[in-house]
Amino acid sequence: MSTATHSHGEGHGAHYPRLYINRLGFWLFLFSESMLFAGLLASRFYLRGLSRPEELSQSLGLGITVILLVSSLTAYLSETAISHGDRPAFLRYTLYTMVLGAIFLGGVAFEWTAAFQHFPPSSPFGTVFFAMTGMHAFHVLSGIFLLGLVYYNGRRGAYGPEDAWPPEAVVKYWHFVDVVWVFFYAALYLVA
Amino acid sequence: MKPVFKGILWAVLGAILGIALLVVIRLAFGLPAWKAGPAVAMGYLFGLSGWLLGVGVWDYWALGWLGRPNKQYTTTGWRRYFDFDTDHKVIGIQYGVLLVILFLIAGLLAMVVRYELMRPGRDLLNSAEYNNMMSLHGTTMVFVAVATIMGAFGNYLVPIMIGADDMAYPRLNALSFWFVPPVGFLLLGAALAGGYDTGWTGYTPLATVTRMGAMFYNLAFLTIGFSSILGSINIITTVITMRAPGLTWGRLPIFVWSILGTAALSMLFTQFVGLAMLMTVLDRVAGFSFFDPSRGGNPILYQHVFWFYSHPAVYVMILPAFGIALEIISHFARKPLFAYKWAVAGMLGVVVMSAIVWAHHMFTAGLEEKLAIPFMISTELISVPTGMVFLAALGTLWHGKLNLKTPMLFALAVIFNFLIGGITGVFLSDVPVDMHLQDTYFVVAHFHYTIVGGGIFGLFAGIYYWFPKMTGRMYNEKLGKLHFWWMFIGFNLTFLPMFWLGINGMNRRIADYMPQLGGLNMWVSMAAFFLGASFIVFVYNMVVSWVRGEQAAANPWGARTLEWLIPSPPPLHNFPTEPQVVDDPYGYGVPGSVHARLAAAPSPAPASD
Repeated sequence: MSTATHSHGEGHGAHYPRLYINRLGFWLFLFSESMLFAGLLASRFYLRGLSRPEELSQSLGLGITVILLVSSLTAYLSETAISHGDRPAFLRYTLYTMVLGAIFLGGVAFEWTAAFQHFPPSSPFGTVFFAMTGMHAFHVLSGIFLLGLVYYNGRRGAYGPEDAWPPEAVVKYWHFVDVVWVFFYAALYLVA
Repeated sequence: MKPVFKGILWAVLGAILGIALLVVIRLAFGLPAWKAGPAVAMGYLFGLSGWLLGVGVWDYWALGWLGRPNKQYTTTGWRRYFDFDTDHKVIGIQYGVLLVILFLIAGLLAMVVRYELMRPGRDLLNSAEYNNMMSLHGTTMVFVAVATIMGAFGNYLVPIMIGADDMAYPRLNALSFWFVPPVGFLLLGAALAGGYDTGWTGYTPLATVTRMGAMFYNLAFLTIGFSSILGSINIITTVITMRAPGLTWGRLPIFVWSILGTAALSMLFTQFVGLAMLMTVLDRVAGFSFFDPSRGGNPILYQHVFWFYSHPAVYVMILPAFGIALEIISHFARKPLFAYKWAVAGMLGVVVMSAIVWAHHMFTAGLEEKLAIPFMISTELISVPTGMVFLAALGTLWHGKLNLKTPMLFALAVIFNFLIGGITGVFLSDVPVDMHLQDTYFVVAHFHYTIVGGGIFGLFAGIYYWFPKMTGRMYNEKLGKLHFWWMFIGFNLTFLPMFWLGINGMNRRIADYMPQLGGLNMWVSMAAFFLGASFIVFVYNMVVSWVRGEQAAANPWGARTLEWLIPSPPPLHNFPTEPQVVDDPYGYGVPGSVHARLAAAPSPAPASD
């Protein structure tokens, strides 16, 4: 129970390692978050059924999806690196992940400029499209921010094989956001 | 007090920053600089962030993320309650006091509503003002009912009852509390911004076009939702990982089970009310069309998303009250809790089934016809697990040696009142009956019998039961009993006639009614004022007893659970050494049985790990 800054409140109450407690709470958080995305997903089908406008750029959608999936791989490599104590690789892969996430956001922004022309938020499909991609992009953005925080601390010598929880949590969050996108991509670009 | 002032300052700065940012963005897109809706949303978003950072998240938390040392807490005494304190006992009292104050304010609003309804026609308020009062009363009371037992007793007692020294995430716990004052601020803001007329349900499309107060309501619900989700994750993790040795799932006090079930509901479903509020705000400020039929939206979607949370939410309000009632009934009947496992199964059954009943709120709303019968059946089925909880209560009382102190009286009232509320719920879940009773005072009476008669009476049972533990002082038993009988009689005189009013066609949420119902409405209003006056006794008793009541013993009730094995009020880390749980918490009448053993003296350096 020596995980530096996260060790508050431990005493005779904690019968599990702090890491276990952190992981459990974090999974509950992700579980709870997934309900938010499930609600958006259900709303999309409730409002629009299986319809989908032709103006969506399939190549752009596929492209940013691949980029986000690759970023999950680099995130995984960064987590593995710090748990093996390989700081340079950890920092490198964290940076790659952030860059890939930023490219994804750029792709979404590009798609938005086209979407504003064909189906603005006030249109039937635009409502679900902008709400879903917007909520997801907000999560990607916060993921990049958290990766940046981990990167900043990692450069200053924080974390190691014994103290890898913050990077692990951020990477788990990143994977979660990626998995959500797989569902959203299918629901927005592939149905019908 | 310093953190509060700092929080207010940062909140103001944040709000100004948010609005300025919005103006810049709007000008960049060539829009007129000022629009009220987006300005409220952005100002609140940034203001809330500023408030949370200023009040303590920055000093006691975020600095650590940046690799700098966190500040340490130094405040003691009453000032702790105005500080970002991570002790679960301080947080429990913060929640309790703040929400009881909100409860009393919302009760005063109900008095105004009843004054208007005393006679047919208009007396005091025009219909817009009446709608504002009714909406603010409903919203505030729903927040109180959702958050109070969970926030006050869940925080204060769950760690102690499981033998832990604090919650799993103490800072997150403090954060959950500091989301609540902005909710109070928003409700006040809603009143100042012209109020709103949607009731506590905020149905669209009205909510997207009505006065700006509706947006404050949306933001308030979002904010308290964050608080609920974070609090429930904390409680679930705490109960799973921090139980004392020997405290197996089968020995967990029933109150802890009820809080665990409640937390599961909050964690899973609160997201949906957040989503409903967010969609409404997007419709209003960003021109989305979720709920506007003229642009391809569907207002029924709002009701689906809203009730997918808000029906489970009524179990969030009632389950902890059941937990308190069963807990108290066992200790005050001096008998083991009857059918403990069935009571737990009943609570968990309610948790599971609450996910498949929501559309019974929508029978007359244009719900797909084929869904009506399945939802009627599932709703009627949920009375089965509820009945198991009732049987546990009745079986415990059977041949018990009842000690009719104030907490026990309130606990018995929970059973009595909720029976009426529950049975009338079966009527409302029946589709043909509901066609007639929907949106009448029958619904108002049913809802108040469940949530006030069950939830709020349970809250008061808990307040009197744990008052000596939490404050270290004894309340005045005579005044407590006076409060109980006054409130119980007033409550039943007020709400029982409302069933009759509803059957005779009195609509809810409307400032006026048919003249022939005037006599009974006068009766109801008088009874409501009588009920309202009972809280003067309560407030007097609480304030005076807290300041100079007699010192409470460690275990004034002779109860067995862990919180009664330590002094009143408990010391900072609750237990000198880790308690060993050796038997179940309700083993009354078993010779020599105890629930737990505490080591006599703490070792000089307690081995924490």
